Amino acid sequence: MTLDDILASLFLEGHDIRNNDGLLLGSGPLKGGGRAEVIGVADRTAVGVDDAIRLSGQVLAALERGGDGPILVLVDSDSQRMSKRDELLGLNEFLAHLAKCLIYADMQGRHTVGLLYGHTAAGAFIATALATRTLVALPGAEPEVMDLPSMSKVTKLSIEVLKEKAKSTPVFAPGLDNLAQTGAVLATWDEKISLADQLQALLGNDRQGGDQRDRLGKARGGRPKAADMAERVYDLALQPE
Amino acid sequence: METLSYRHRAQQRMAGSKSMAIIGVVASGNLEVLAERVLPDTECQVDISTAAEGFGAVWEAVVADFVERSSPGGLKFSINDGGARPDTVALRLAQAVRLIEENDR
Amino acid sequence: MSALLTETEDKPQTAWDDAASWYEASARQRVRSLLDAGSFKEFIGPEQREVSPHLRVFELPEQFDDGMIVGRGRLSGEPAFIAAQEGRFMGGAFGEVHGAKLTGLLRAARYVKSIPVLILFDTGGVRLQEANAGELAIAEIMRALIEARMAGVKVVGLIGGRAGCYGGGGLIAGCCSALAVSEQGRISVSGPEVIETNRGVEEFDSKDRALVWRTMGGKHRRLLGGADAFTSDTIQSFRDIALHLIRSAPGFGMDVLKAEQARLGERLERFSSCADALDIWKAEGVPDAEAVPAMPAEDFIAVANKVREPRYDAR
Repeated sequence: MTLDDILASLFLEGHDIRNNDGLLLGSGPLKGGGRAEVIGVADRTAVGVDDAIRLSGQVLAALERGGDGPILVLVDSDSQRMSKRDELLGLNEFLAHLAKCLIYADMQGRHTVGLLYGHTAAGAFIATALATRTLVALPGAEPEVMDLPSMSKVTKLSIEVLKEKAKSTPVFAPGLDNLAQTGAVLATWDEKISLADQLQALLGNDRQGGDQRDRLGKARGGRPKAADMAERVYDLALQPE
Repeated sequence: METLSYRHRAQQRMAGSKSMAIIGVVASGNLEVLAERVLPDTECQVDISTAAEGFGAVWEAVVADFVERSSPGGLKFSINDGGARPDTVALRLAQAVRLIEENDR
Repeated sequence: MSALLTETEDKPQTAWDDAASWYEASARQRVRSLLDAGSFKEFIGPEQREVSPHLRVFELPEQFDDGMIVGRGRLSGEPAFIAAQEGRFMGGAFGEVHGAKLTGLLRAARYVKSIPVLILFDTGGVRLQEANAGELAIAEIMRALIEARMAGVKVVGLIGGRAGCYGGGGLIAGCCSALAVSEQGRISVSGPEVIETNRGVEEFDSKDRALVWRTMGGKHRRLLGGADAFTSDTIQSFRDIALHLIRSAPGFGMDVLKAEQARLGERLERFSSCADALDIWKAEGVPDAEAVPAMPAEDFIAVANKVREPRYDAR
């Protein structure tokens, strides 16, 4: 689906979302009433300091305007912008700030929903899609932490060997299925059904308390130990000294 | 990866009251040694998991020498090895013993 | 491999050694010496052998604590939770078990509310052999950290280890209530080699160590406002600054986020066209910017405090 198709299917009555050099900013009316704020990264744009601060500014502005509508985060990005200037200016703070704004918004009752419709990677992935409460994807989405050629360079294993190993474990290789198994992606939407309906169904679900991704990863077999480890440390930390 | 295990008779129980000690880090040319007081007083055991395969004879000699010198009765050593040289291994084993010898605070 | 190695770093240590180097110390040594003597109690210690379930797929050796130590202790008599990364094991990178321990600790801190958390960063970012689990662990840690701060928990990051604080580690650091950094404590998302590989040596020469330090190192982060405090590389000074930051760190909420938005926006306005850290330092009004890299810690702290007061309300 193209971005225009996606927006048309999400917002049947139209919307005011604009693509500003790869940054999506705007809002649209929800099928079930109310309005969704929309931020996003399009056209496989790398997320640098200038981009991150515009997105965080939009989230904060939405919070200041008030309301209880969801915040939709649409993502087809590159990784974080890799440049001397971005690191010089403290890219880690800008990306963390964006994630903080999204997490805070969700805690204020603004359900944050990530929709991964293209590529994303590394720091951009963490600061956008992975900072939402509920992350869904469209078929063909391509999330990755690092591409296999770069991974091959770092691990000193050939791409063939990596591909072979990827068959036995979803834990390191790029791709939607692998990320879903670790619990990062809740569901993959059906392109043939109205996205507005699927969004409505998702927003209608009771919001489960707390971050459920480690349990999801355990249930799906992609992360066998994370949920138990976190829970054991939690229990030990609560015991009296 | 290769795993090795050596069990020896020890002259005497290793002094001290600590039940556990750990030293070192798993990195290239380095290793970690976990010492636990879990065996009968006259026994000791060294379990090794190493990234460098085919050095069984060297490990056997280093461990035998260590047991001879330190008499670490009652201790089980578990080693994760990142390809350390024998002198580094001997040093870490000695450090682990020194740590567990101390009395618990 | 040298027979001498660098043995000082792993000397079994029982007595306090105030002047010991933070950079050279192991994660365990940092934890033991930072906290009050004998007060540290580890959660899921190495004897539990909760190793990474993924490294054996790559024929890589495991470490019994997976490079992450978590527990509780006392700092100057007051209870504190603590987490420390071992930068020499897998570059301190976040894997499944490594990350989940910190997530669990932060979730507990949120519940308890009154006990601060110290995070001793030493990381290259995500552990690529378990990249998906590591990436997600970082996202979970960030959420747990912000939720803890919302509950009133102070989370203080200490950065001065061998591996620096890179990749997702830099993002977690950016979520902390306050950060202290030493000269060696580099903070950055993309590492020097990653920038050079992706953009070419003209963009960033990773072998130019002076460039790396002044772009990502502790002094620049302090002058830019990316860290609240600069400290010399001793365990005693990290302990002192940790105590100070626990007391002075801000709460968390809309005001803090708005102040941070303004703080970062102002930074872009002022320094957007600066080509090098030196230009930023000059624009900040550092009297002798060229002298900053070689400046001793005490002198630098005096200069930094004159130029830029820490903004405790905007992080």
